[in-house]
Amino acid sequence: METAFRPVAVENKEKEVIARESVSYWKDAWRRLKTNKVAIVAIFILATIVIMTIIGPSISGHDYKEINSSMINQRPSVEHWFGTDALGRDIFSRVWQGGRISMIIGLTGALIATVVGSIYGSIAAYFGGRVDTIMMRIVEILISLPYLILVILISIILDSRSIGTMLLALTLAGWCGIARLVRGQMLQLKQQEFIMAAEALGVKPWKIIVKHLIPNCLGIIIVAISFDVPGYIFAEAFLSYIGLGIQPPGTSWGALASAAQQTFIFHPYQLFFPALMIGLTMLSFTLLGDGLRDALDPKLRQ
Amino acid sequence: MSKEKLVEIINLKKYFHVGRNEVLKAVDDVTFEIRRGETLGLVGESGCGKTTCGRTILGIYNSTDGQVLYNGQNVHKMSSSEKVKFKKGAQIIFQDPYASLDPRMTIGEIIAEGIDVHFKLKESERIARIDDLLEKVGMNSDFRSRFPHELSGGQRQRIGIARALAVEPDFIVCDEPISALDVSIQAQIVNLLIKLQNQLGLTYLFIAHDLSMVKHISDRVGVMYLGSLVEITESQELYRKPLHPYTKSLISAIPIPDPKVEEERQRIKLEGEVPSPINTPPGCKFVKRCSYAMDICGKVSPELKEVEKDHFVACHLYK
Repeated sequence: METAFRPVAVENKEKEVIARESVSYWKDAWRRLKTNKVAIVAIFILATIVIMTIIGPSISGHDYKEINSSMINQRPSVEHWFGTDALGRDIFSRVWQGGRISMIIGLTGALIATVVGSIYGSIAAYFGGRVDTIMMRIVEILISLPYLILVILISIILDSRSIGTMLLALTLAGWCGIARLVRGQMLQLKQQEFIMAAEALGVKPWKIIVKHLIPNCLGIIIVAISFDVPGYIFAEAFLSYIGLGIQPPGTSWGALASAAQQTFIFHPYQLFFPALMIGLTMLSFTLLGDGLRDALDPKLRQ
Repeated sequence: MSKEKLVEIINLKKYFHVGRNEVLKAVDDVTFEIRRGETLGLVGESGCGKTTCGRTILGIYNSTDGQVLYNGQNVHKMSSSEKVKFKKGAQIIFQDPYASLDPRMTIGEIIAEGIDVHFKLKESERIARIDDLLEKVGMNSDFRSRFPHELSGGQRQRIGIARALAVEPDFIVCDEPISALDVSIQAQIVNLLIKLQNQLGLTYLFIAHDLSMVKHISDRVGVMYLGSLVEITESQELYRKPLHPYTKSLISAIPIPDPKVEEERQRIKLEGEVPSPINTPPGCKFVKRCSYAMDICGKVSPELKEVEKDHFVACHLYK
């Protein structure tokens, strides 16, 4: 019986070999994201679209502004891969040129909204009380304004329809959602015992914000960005579609779809390609956001 | 053990406003002392204000009224430099080992948090100190680069202890450090706390609701009921001769590991529920559940009196 159980003599050094490699939080999140096939496909599609918006306009051999009256409304062919539009312009070049604008608006719009919203939300949550009440009432007022009215007003006041104006109009109230999100998360974090422990240790408030509060909010902020980007792309497409966005000869996916819509019974491919790009981008960002949310949530760890 | 007072709690009150004209008296006029080098157990049922009391003593919560004196200094009226010094001397171990460690920081960073505030160390000294602390709580240095989610509950609680020890405190509030752990781990953590106390001469305020564990670790025990301290005395004395009716019922509820004795003994069962601590009526708070209640109990709230040597009770039964 004495020999039934014997301690396995493991030297301390061997123990270190047995213990699995320690991974950092972000490495661990990446490892878990990699196992999510849907998210990886989404990343792949997004990367392809981004690369194409950079090199796409110059590889077809046709400038996106180049008008060719002898080649109007051509079907997709070897010469014009996605066909041509009513002015004989190459749709392949125009789709990627338009993609540039859409991507710029989507990414910078989400970035501006996130930065402004995060700062605003953290301030409201950290100071709490009356400051919080007043700041959140302002957010509620801004959120209740229909953004179409804001956009029309701003484009009239500034008398321009450039990307900058559109970004300003879209982000003016766009940060409110993230501000609410970050405030909620921070309020919850403030009650956590590890924040109390840091306070009890005498850690200074700004250090608590930088070392504890912000890193713990980063997960939801990143996810919010990935859900916000398609929102901005779609908002831009919508504005261009109703004629408030990018003006010719500049273009965007929304403007392309808008131009194609008038003749789409006869030339459906003119609508198909920009619509496909809008759909793919939005779907990929949403799926990536979904994957990120799962990968970054510590409670879903295995 | 000396009789020198390390922490004095004088008429401490902590009220929370929970609505219009509604006041929750979480800690209501509590007076006791914690002596240097001892372990003072604080027991009571859930929601009786034990945790609030511990946190108010450390200045994590502001007090509504009353004083907490640490080495003769009022904790709630300190200048910021005195506060830093106080925070180096008095620490806390939390109940929930899952919520008390930042999930985004490595174990090394968590333990180093206090070191970075109070000591100026070179990187090599800092690492040596972290390893030393890990060893003190029975863990080895390869945990330094791990994350809290890779650790079990007992290991996390050890990290919580190491974090508190990092600033070399002499007073630690243990806020139910074992109630979130399973029984076999509880014994390990309690033994670790006792070992550290002997090594480092620590003073503990040990908050718990497990009476037999409190008996094991404490030199003196205080019993709280609805924000008030009803009885405080030496640990053996309290278990041998409880005076307050509430303490009597608590002690009688401890199971005895002998089926025959267990079957024969009389348990004092309490009638009714714990009343709400919001807007409590005057008089003794225990009056509605007390089988010895007299007329005076509903009118005047009893004060904590020394009935026997070092045995304080707040009850009208004892004059």
